[in-house]
Amino acid sequence: MFLEINPLVKPDIGLIVWTTITFLILLVLLRKFAWKPILGAVKGREESIKESLASAEKAREEMKRLQSDNERILQEARQERDKMMKDARDIRDKIVSDAKADANEQAEQIIASAKEQIDNQKMAAITELKNQVAEMSIEIAEMILRAELDDKEKQSKLVDNHLKNFKLN
Amino acid sequence: MSFAAIGAGLAVIGAGIGIGQVGGRAMEGIARQPEASGKIQTAMIIAAALVEGVALFGVVVALIS
Amino acid sequence: MRKFLNLSVLSVALFSVTFPTGIIAQSHQAENHSTSTTEVSESAADQVETAHAEEEEFDPTEVVMHHIADAHSFHVYGEGEEAVSVPLPVILYTSKGLVTFMSSAFHHDTHGHHVVERNGQRFVNYHDDIYELNAGAEHLEFEGDHTVTNASLPLDLSITKNVFTLFLAAALLLLIFGSVARNYQKGSVPSGLAGFMEPLVLFVRDDIAIPNIGPKYGRYMPYLLTLFFFIWIINLIGLVPFFPFSANLSGNISFTLTLAVIALLVVNFSGNKAYWKHIFAPQPWWLWPILFVIEFLSNVVIKFFALMIRLFANITAGHIIVLSLISLIFIFKSVYMSAVSVPFALFISVLELLVAALQAFIFTLLTALFIGQAVAEDHH
Repeated sequence: MFLEINPLVKPDIGLIVWTTITFLILLVLLRKFAWKPILGAVKGREESIKESLASAEKAREEMKRLQSDNERILQEARQERDKMMKDARDIRDKIVSDAKADANEQAEQIIASAKEQIDNQKMAAITELKNQVAEMSIEIAEMILRAELDDKEKQSKLVDNHLKNFKLN
Repeated sequence: MSFAAIGAGLAVIGAGIGIGQVGGRAMEGIARQPEASGKIQTAMIIAAALVEGVALFGVVVALIS
Repeated sequence: MRKFLNLSVLSVALFSVTFPTGIIAQSHQAENHSTSTTEVSESAADQVETAHAEEEEFDPTEVVMHHIADAHSFHVYGEGEEAVSVPLPVILYTSKGLVTFMSSAFHHDTHGHHVVERNGQRFVNYHDDIYELNAGAEHLEFEGDHTVTNASLPLDLSITKNVFTLFLAAALLLLIFGSVARNYQKGSVPSGLAGFMEPLVLFVRDDIAIPNIGPKYGRYMPYLLTLFFFIWIINLIGLVPFFPFSANLSGNISFTLTLAVIALLVVNFSGNKAYWKHIFAPQPWWLWPILFVIEFLSNVVIKFFALMIRLFANITAGHIIVLSLISLIFIFKSVYMSAVSVPFALFISVLELLVAALQAFIFTLLTALFIGQAVAEDHH
């Protein structure tokens, strides 16, 4: 040998042969019994994850649609309710105002009739009072006339007085 | 034997400088762009392996002689 | 990427629980090894000259090399004749056909003294190379230091320590991923071990295969996954310092060579028209002679040579550093040195856990990158 090779880097035929055989057999066995099932399972799982993600996305979309539907229905219901409330309020207001107007009218009527009655009674009272006052005045005048016209002097004096007054005119 | 050792040592110096450069630049790159660290690491390892390969030739020559 | 690092940190935590026992086992072995050199030098006539000088010396290089090298039997503990080791089958393809026997027939001898006779052939184990002695030869004869003159090397297909580790890793992977796959049959939600392994599988798919290869990644997934987990588990096995682990398989050049050649074949066989056009008809035409050579070498040789060397050198270096740190105790001949050695060895071991994952990742990433280049559509 020209060159003494370090035993570290001296190839050994036996080991090369055994390594080749072992590696190739191991490759075949592992490919059949390990890598195919493992990679297949992993791939299957990845696909199922992808699928379930997609279906979840779809479900979310559906949900969103349903939700917007719900929202719309709710909105409509709310509007309906508002409308009904408004109607009811209107009716109530109308009833109240009607009742009020009615009551007012009645009250006015009552008041008017009461006033009329009061007036009538007042008139009657006044008439009666007038009559009484007239009677009393006549009686008083009668009494006064009787008293005044008892003696002649007084009569003539009265007449004179009156005449004097007339003369001034 | 001693000549071979000196040769191996020289090869190691060269590889050390080379791998140091590769690693240092890679770290600068990662510091500048941390989000690209995965790609930089892979490229760094490949470059370091290539530099190392040259050094290993030196070592092998030292071993054989 | 962050997930990946977190997992590495987790494995660091798991490993640190088992580590202290490993340190003790290693240092025990190293200690015994120094005495064995003495024993050998007494009996080995050829080695007396070389061994004499270091009779009392502790040779860290020899210890380290012994630990990271392949062996025909799996050493558990002890040394010399009392050593406890698990015998492994020796399979030799000689000129007279197949010869098999258990490695225990050598009685722990790796210095070429114990001769084993089978079918009239005589074998000796010299530094874990098994030699077939020529007819009439009684023991090995050398010319110079290590060149054997009277024996030949038969084709050695033994189940060595590394081959055993290879089978162990394959069995562990089949066990782990078989149970993970069964887990998915019950339902597609992972639990237990599957929950731990699934992020890793997905990491290989999402961070290695898809970004680098593109839409055609599906065909290469089994190869990349097998590669990643095979390298990683072998790296981790190499870091556990006791039987039946601890073999430095991914730090063995033959192993990484094989993986690199397989990667080369996978990449080049999946090359499309654009890829080959890039190699054989590079633009501009007048640079053809240079570019062809460069492209060809880079695509067929250099990329894969670098893959091979990278894994080999990283893992071997890690083992060597840990063993060297432990050897410091014996170099300084002081138990107090362990106060320095052991924490440092622990630190390096923890670092090696990161390297174990990182090297598996880089090997797979670069393979995916090369495949991606080979299957990319032409953009010119």
